[in-house]
Amino acid sequence: MKYLLLICGDENGDFSGVDLDPTAWVEEMTARGVRKDGDRLAPTSAATTVRMDGASVLVSDGPFAETKEQVGGFDIIEAADLDEAIEIASKHPVVQIGTIEIRPFWGQ
Amino acid sequence: MTERDAGVDEAVAAAFRTEWGRIVATLIRTTGDWDLAEECAQDAFARALETWPAGIPDKPGAWLTTVARNRALDRMRRAGVEAAKLREVAALPGPDAPAADDSGIVDDRLRLVFTCCHPALPVEARVALTLRTLAGLTTAEIARALLTSEPTMAKRLVRAKHKIRAAGIPYRVPAAEALPERLDGVLAVVYLLFNEGYAASAGEVLIRRRLCDEALRLAGLLVRLLPCSETFGLAALLLLQHSRRDARVDRHGRLVTLDQQDRSRWDQEAIDDGLALLERAGGEGPYALQARIAACHATAPTARTTDWRRIVDLYTTLLEVTGSPVVALNRAVAVGMAHGPQANLSLVEELESSGDLAGYHLLPAVRGDLLERSGRLDEARESYARALALATNEPDRDHLRRLIAHGRP
Repeated sequence: MKYLLLICGDENGDFSGVDLDPTAWVEEMTARGVRKDGDRLAPTSAATTVRMDGASVLVSDGPFAETKEQVGGFDIIEAADLDEAIEIASKHPVVQIGTIEIRPFWGQ
Repeated sequence: MTERDAGVDEAVAAAFRTEWGRIVATLIRTTGDWDLAEECAQDAFARALETWPAGIPDKPGAWLTTVARNRALDRMRRAGVEAAKLREVAALPGPDAPAADDSGIVDDRLRLVFTCCHPALPVEARVALTLRTLAGLTTAEIARALLTSEPTMAKRLVRAKHKIRAAGIPYRVPAAEALPERLDGVLAVVYLLFNEGYAASAGEVLIRRRLCDEALRLAGLLVRLLPCSETFGLAALLLLQHSRRDARVDRHGRLVTLDQQDRSRWDQEAIDDGLALLERAGGEGPYALQARIAACHATAPTARTTDWRRIVDLYTTLLEVTGSPVVALNRAVAVGMAHGPQANLSLVEELESSGDLAGYHLLPAVRGDLLERSGRLDEARESYARALALATNEPDRDHLRRLIAHGRP
């Protein structure tokens, strides 16, 4: 099954002393054939949201919701089932300080 | 009803208790369709009620499995399911296949219990799914047992099954490295089920008792399928608590506390079985420790002669393992029994100032008991009144009202 991992954390937090470099994880999961794609995102200060208000486009500054943790990156994985997805996510360095949301793709 | 019909009803009911979970579990594995599995199992039992009056089959379980499987094949064929999938369902063990328990093959019920109790499901859904699929309670029965409405419960079950499908929650026993943690989750659901049933609520006594019975049955199943310290510990704990079921309410349905119970009304057979299971529960897991505490009570001739010092030691270890403030409170009670009420008033006050148990009625109830034992009656009544304001369960509330009015019996 295909899952999206939303890598979330407090982008203003001070995590000095915690090794958050995902390179080793990316290499391991890519070699295992489970990680298909992924990247890091610019902070939410660079985010813009768009909605429709009647017929006009409403553009505003910031992410879609103010939350304690923000989406800072994503990975697309192909796992046998949720247990394998959990195992993969739990090895990502960000789980030490943040949260990873596992979302299956629609209609599988 | 004729004698013969009564015999058939009894046979179907007995088969339901032993076979329902097994049939549903196997059909879920082979068809991947939870609703189909439940409906076909239901159909098989309905057929049994119709045809068994002409003669009860020699192997009721095999008969029911065959009927349920054929029903599933029928419905899948009609729905246009491809041939390969049908062959898989048709390859279900037939009437002469050995029972799954002694074949060394993983019992499908073990897969089912791990799926139902998956941590990715909300806790209430875990309990409801377990009751529906493994124990075969109807949605209406589960709703009544868990004090919610039938539509709410139906929605909860639909949502849980949908999540299992959409999120890809697997149907298997977890890999060895994840097993201990996931087993903890399963045991927690079984314990929760038992406690839901044990917290007797007036008017719903029968359905509540059913929860205890199902929890005991599940604990027994886990002991057989996954024998390890903690499964033995949980099964022992449940049996030892269950042994006191008749003594913990009086003939007016009122709560009787442990020290006031007529110990001759404890179920000695359940105690013996519980103690035998406990011998196989080594280690210092939370269930084994709680079972050892329950065993101290179960083997004490009177409340006074209970080995309270050992109970304090066991609670001390349990507190280290769990860090739970409820355990800290129970430990404080045991300290009071071992060393007198003054010894633990300070422990209770410590807990009060920590704020960890704010809103928990047993904290002021325990404080009231200690004050009363120390002869500080007015303060005791005040504490009982605070407990009453927090308690939600009617037998507890009734007990507290009597304490306020008359003090300890």
